[in-house]
Amino acid sequence: MQALKADERLHAFYHKAVDGRLFLLLERASNSVSLKGLNRLSHGVKICNVVKRYDDFTAVNDISCDIQQGEFFTLLGPSGCGKTTLLRMIAGFNTIDGGKIYFDDKVINDIEAYQRDIGMVFQNYAIFPHMTVFDNVAYGLKARKLPKNEIEPRVMEALELVQIKNLKDRKPSELSGGQQQRVALARAIVIKPGVLLMDEPLSNLDAKLRVQMRTIIRKLQKDLNITTIYVTHDQEEALAISDRIAIINAGRIMQIDTPSTIYKQPQNSFVAGFIGTSNFMEGQIEQLDPDKIARVRLDAGFEFSVKLKKGLEGRIRASVRPEQFLMDDGNEAGISGEIQMYTFLGDFASYEVKLENGQVVQANEYTKDIDFVRDIGHKVRLSFRPEKISVFSEDGTEVFS
Amino acid sequence: MNAERTSHRNFAKYFNFWNLVKYGSMLLLLVFLVYPFFSVIFHSFLSSDGKFTFEFYKIFFTKQYYYRTLWNSLATSGISTVFAIIIGVPLAYITSRFNVYWKKCINMLIIMSLMSPPFIGAYSWIMLLGRNGLFTNALAKIGIITPPIYGFGGIVLVFTLKFFPYVYLYVSGAMSSIDRSLEEAAENLGSSKLRRVMTITMPVIMPTLAAGAIMAFMSSLADFGTPMLIGEGYKVLPVLVYEEYMSEMGGNANMAGALSVVIICCSTAVLLIQKYVVARKNYVMTALRPPIVEELSRGKRILLTALCMFVASVAFLPQIVVIFTSFIKTNGPIFVQGFSLESYEKIFYKLSKNITNTFMFSFIAIIIIIIFGMLLSYLVVKKKSKISSTLDLLLMFPYVIPGAVLGISMLVAFNKPPLMLSGTAVIMIIAYVIRKMPYTIRSSSALLYQIDPSIEEASINLGVSPMRTFFKITARMMAPGVLSGAILSWITTINELSSSIMLYSGKTATISVAIYTEVVRSSFGTAAALASILTVATILSLLLFNWVSKGRVSVV
Repeated sequence: MQALKADERLHAFYHKAVDGRLFLLLERASNSVSLKGLNRLSHGVKICNVVKRYDDFTAVNDISCDIQQGEFFTLLGPSGCGKTTLLRMIAGFNTIDGGKIYFDDKVINDIEAYQRDIGMVFQNYAIFPHMTVFDNVAYGLKARKLPKNEIEPRVMEALELVQIKNLKDRKPSELSGGQQQRVALARAIVIKPGVLLMDEPLSNLDAKLRVQMRTIIRKLQKDLNITTIYVTHDQEEALAISDRIAIINAGRIMQIDTPSTIYKQPQNSFVAGFIGTSNFMEGQIEQLDPDKIARVRLDAGFEFSVKLKKGLEGRIRASVRPEQFLMDDGNEAGISGEIQMYTFLGDFASYEVKLENGQVVQANEYTKDIDFVRDIGHKVRLSFRPEKISVFSEDGTEVFS
Repeated sequence: MNAERTSHRNFAKYFNFWNLVKYGSMLLLLVFLVYPFFSVIFHSFLSSDGKFTFEFYKIFFTKQYYYRTLWNSLATSGISTVFAIIIGVPLAYITSRFNVYWKKCINMLIIMSLMSPPFIGAYSWIMLLGRNGLFTNALAKIGIITPPIYGFGGIVLVFTLKFFPYVYLYVSGAMSSIDRSLEEAAENLGSSKLRRVMTITMPVIMPTLAAGAIMAFMSSLADFGTPMLIGEGYKVLPVLVYEEYMSEMGGNANMAGALSVVIICCSTAVLLIQKYVVARKNYVMTALRPPIVEELSRGKRILLTALCMFVASVAFLPQIVVIFTSFIKTNGPIFVQGFSLESYEKIFYKLSKNITNTFMFSFIAIIIIIIFGMLLSYLVVKKKSKISSTLDLLLMFPYVIPGAVLGISMLVAFNKPPLMLSGTAVIMIIAYVIRKMPYTIRSSSALLYQIDPSIEEASINLGVSPMRTFFKITARMMAPGVLSGAILSWITTINELSSSIMLYSGKTATISVAIYTEVVRSSFGTAAALASILTVATILSLLLFNWVSKGRVSVV
C-alpha cells in the first residue's frame, strides 16, 4: 500500500519534471544525453485554405484546420477523399497549390521535404532493406550529424520504447510485419520530430495486432507529447486513438471534433452515415414554434417534437442510430414494422426491420435488456427519444437539432 | 522581395542534380547517337557533287547485286527464326513441365551458347563441316559427301543454333509463370491434354513467344560475323554495308549510308510491330501457384533428358571446338597431328595489344555504362517526364541497330573537326557504351520498379536531401540489378565485332577484330586461341553473373 503510493508520487513527479514528456525512465537511466532537445516542444500545425489540384480534379479543396501542440489529430475519410494527399503536402512530398501551412508561426510551403524536421510512418513501413534495425533507426540521427556517442543511447532508448531492443542487429527481411512497424515508429520518433505524421500505419497488420499497436502508438504519443497527424480510413481506429478527428470527404472537411462529439452530434448526414451506422428517414416540418420547437412528421408514419437550433421549414432528413431505436410490441405511437432478419452478436442483437412504407432500418437491442431474441416475422413498433437523434436539412448538409 | 526569393528558389530548383543529369545525358545522346544517325541518313541522299539525290536508293532497288542482299537477309533471318521456334518451344515445354535430369546444366549450356562470341559458331562449323572439316573428312572416308556448309544453309544453321536460346528462354519464363489454376480450369471443363496446350497454354505464351522470336529475328538480321565467314558468295545486308564502306574508303560512304538506312527501316518496322501488336496482347501474370512439373517414368525421363542434352550440346559444341582446336599444332593454315601451345605463344607474341585493348576498352566502357546506366534508369523509371521517356526510347534504339551501321554512322559524323575521333580508342569506347548500355538500363530498371517510392521518401523525411538519398539508399538497393546488367554489358562488349570492325585502326584493334582477320588469313590456330580467351572470359563472367543476380535477372 505504502509502496504503491510512493510509486504514484514518483510518477507524478517525473511527469511534472519533464513537462509531460516521456523518456522519463530513460532520461534517468542514460543521464543527460537525451535531455538535449527536450526543451524543444513539437509544433502546432495550422492549415489555411489549402488546395491541391491534379489537372481538372481537386484532391484537396480549401481545407483549414488548427492542430494544437501535442495533439493527436486524425484525418479520417473514405479512400480517395484527399486525406493522404493532405498529409503528403504537410510532409513536403506533394506541392501546395493554394493556401498556406504553418508550423507554429512559420510558413513551410517553400521548405524542402528534407528540411521540415518531420517524423513519418509509412503505410508499408518503408524500412531500408539493406540496413539493420539499429542502422535504420540511427539513420535520421546520422543525417543530423549527431556525435556517435549520442546516437547509440538515443537509438537504444527508442528501440526500448517500442519494445524491440533485442532485435537491433536483425535485417528487415527477418522481421514480422508488426516488428517492422515498430522499427518504423522508432525511426520516426528517435529524431524527436517537430511533427509526427502517420499514413495508415496499421492497415497491413492483422486485426489483433492492430489493436495492440494502436494502444502503443497512443501511449507513446501522449508520453512524448508529439503533435501527431494520423491518416486512416478505419473509423473505429480513429475513434479509439484520437484527441480530435477531421472527417474529410471529396477534398473537403465535413466536421472537426472530438470522437464522442463526432459520434453523438454529427454536423451533416455524411458524418452521420460514415461514423457508425445511421438510419436516415425523410420527413416534413409540420409546425414551428417561436421558441424553435418543431413538430416533425416522418414519412414512415411517426410524429415527434424537437427543439431546433435554427428555424427550418419544409422537408427534413432525420438520422437515428440503431441503438437509439426503442423496440416494443405494444406501443401504439411507434412506427410499425416487421422483423426481416436478425443477427445475434453476443452483447446485442441487431435486427433488420421492414417498415410499412417499405424502408428497411436497423435497430439494436442489448442482451442485458431483453429476455429473448425476436424472431423473423415478429411485428414490432419503433420509437426514439427525439432529443437523441439528429435532424438535418433535406440535402443533409446542415444539422438543426 | 518575396517574389524575388521565389524566383531565386525556382532557379536553383531548375538546376538541381537530376535536371543536370537529364539535360546532360540528353545532350550527350544528341551528339553521339542522334547526330551520327542523321549524318548517315543525310549522306545517303547526297550525290558525289553534294546535291540532293535518290540515286543510291535507285541503285539499291534496281540492281540485283544490291537488292538481292535485302532478300538474303530477310530469308536467312526468317528461316532461322522459324527453326529457332521449332527447337526452342518444345525444349522450353519439356524442361519446364517434365522432371528431366540436369535442368540447370541444360539451361546454362543454352545461355552460354547465346552469350558466346558471334562468329565462333561460324568458325567452328567450318572446322567441322567445311571443305577440310573434321566431319566432312571423316564422312568422306566412308563415302558420304556432305553438302557444302557455305552460303545460305550454313548461315541458317549457325543463326538457328545461336539464336534459338532467345525463344527458349522467353518461352520457358512464360511457361513457368502460368498459374496452375488456368490449366486446371481447362482440365476441369473437360479439355483433353493436347487441347489444353493448344487452346490455353499456347495462346497465353504467344506474346512472349513472339517477343523471343523477334529477338532472334533482329539479332540474325544484325549479325555480321557469321555471314561474313560462312556466307562466302552469299551476301547479306550488313556484309554489303561493310564491303561498300571499306572498298570505297575515303571516297563514297553514301552508298553504305543508303544501305544502313534500309537496315534501320527493317529493324524499326520489326520493333514497331513488337511494340504495337505483340506487346499489346501481353497477359500480365504472376504465378501464385506455378504449374505442376510432371513426373515421368524412368525410361521416358532418360529419353527426354537425352534429347534436351543433345540440343544443348550441339548449341554449345562450337565453344568446345574452338578451345580444342586452339591446342592443336599448326603448320601455317593447316592443323597437324599433336597438341601444343604454339598458337597461344604466337598470339602473345604478335597480338597481345589486341588482348589488352579488348579488356581495357571494355573496362572503361563498363565504368561509364554503370554510372550512366544507374542514373538514367532512375530518371526513366522514377522521374517520368517527356524528356525522360524520349531518353528511354533513344537509349533502347541502339539495341536494334546493327553494329556495322552504328560504326558507319559514327565514322561519318566524327571524321572531321571539331570531333575528329575516327581511329581513336575514344570512338570505340563511345560505340560500346551506346551499344551495350541497354542491358544495364534494362536490368536496373527492372529492379527499380520493385523499390517502393516510400523508401526514398522515408529517407528524405528523415533529413537527407534527395540527391544524397539516391546515393545512400536507392543506389545501394539498385546495386544487384546494375551489377547483373553490367556483367551482361561486359560480356557483349568483349565479344563485340560488328562495330569494332568498322571503327578500329591498327592501334585499336581488339580480339574479335583479330579473330576475324586471322580467319580471313586462314590462320586458324591463332584465331582459335584468341576465341578461346574470349570464350573463357565469357564463361567466367556468366558464372559471376549467376552468382550476383541469384536468378533475379534474366539474360534476355
